[in-house]
Amino acid sequence: MSGELTAVAAEGGCHLSVGDCGFPAPGSEIFFFDEVARWTILNTEISVTKPMILLWISAIVVIAVFVAAFRKAKVVPKGLQNVAEYGYLFVRDGIARDTIGKEGDRFVPLLFAFFFFIWMNNLMGIIPFAQFPVTSKFAIPVAFATIIYLAWVPLGIKRQGLGPFLKSMTMPPDVPKLMYVLLIPIEILSNFIVRPFTHSVRLFANMFAGHMLIATFSIAAWYLFPTDLISDPDALSFLGLLGSAASTVVTIALTGFEFGIQALQAYVFTLLAAVYLNDSVNAH
Amino acid sequence: MSLLAEVTGSLGSIGYGLAAIGPGIGVGIIFGQGVQAIARQPEAYGVIRQNMILGFALTEALALIGFVAPFVFGP
Repeated sequence: MSGELTAVAAEGGCHLSVGDCGFPAPGSEIFFFDEVARWTILNTEISVTKPMILLWISAIVVIAVFVAAFRKAKVVPKGLQNVAEYGYLFVRDGIARDTIGKEGDRFVPLLFAFFFFIWMNNLMGIIPFAQFPVTSKFAIPVAFATIIYLAWVPLGIKRQGLGPFLKSMTMPPDVPKLMYVLLIPIEILSNFIVRPFTHSVRLFANMFAGHMLIATFSIAAWYLFPTDLISDPDALSFLGLLGSAASTVVTIALTGFEFGIQALQAYVFTLLAAVYLNDSVNAH
Repeated sequence: MSLLAEVTGSLGSIGYGLAAIGPGIGVGIIFGQGVQAIARQPEAYGVIRQNMILGFALTEALALIGFVAPFVFGP
């Protein structure tokens, strides 16, 4: 028994008790995966990695769930249709109508797709065997935020005209004229340059930080586990067992915490998208 | 020039600690005021909660950037 565990420890890296080599703290390398396959399409090399596959899976899952729910929609919903309608109403009433107003209904398909797709991508962080939040790859939130940016800026120009749109975005009303010298550059910076950046960084950083925390504590549980507890019990190995058990509990608790954060961040991203679209639709 | 003081070790964690001060205060103010607002006017719960979460997300992003920056810019 103990010989077996020691063998596992010897090949599985280092524990505090056996062949200590220092705590192997996870770095950003846990976010980079080896390629699974490599395709050449139209002279472009596409390297398929785990996050890419998870992205497709979440797209398929979201489409499948809502097609299954609404394919044979009934007037009196039951089962899956009930759940799906609740999700739809949450986005329509809680996000679109509350933020944009009565014109919000037009944007429900966009916001609905974003909310559930991002949520599913985030959930990949705690689904066993997937265990990687796709949105913790910065490129993916950047792509999402770019879509929203390319939606609300042209929409504002189309709805209000270039001049009035820029005026409403950069010149807050009821301010002394002289202040505009200072305010216009600040508003341009914050509304047109920093806004898409923070929109994507918020989602990325939350998922990155959450994944990193879970990884740190699960590695700590592994590292502190005393493999020599039976063969050579001493104070250090009991301390290690205590630390290992505590880290395991924290890992489980953080997984639960992440479950909440994932839903919250999908909501926040969608809510901010609605707030930005509102700037284009309703001039203030 | 001789060194008067030097900081060694994991500078990233010190940076994160500094980056978390402001957002920590900010998140506290947001939820404190939010709960107070809900207590004063429970019927406006929906709007208050939405704005509370929005403000929380905007503030929290600063702390998270502090967490991610050491990984991005190296140790």
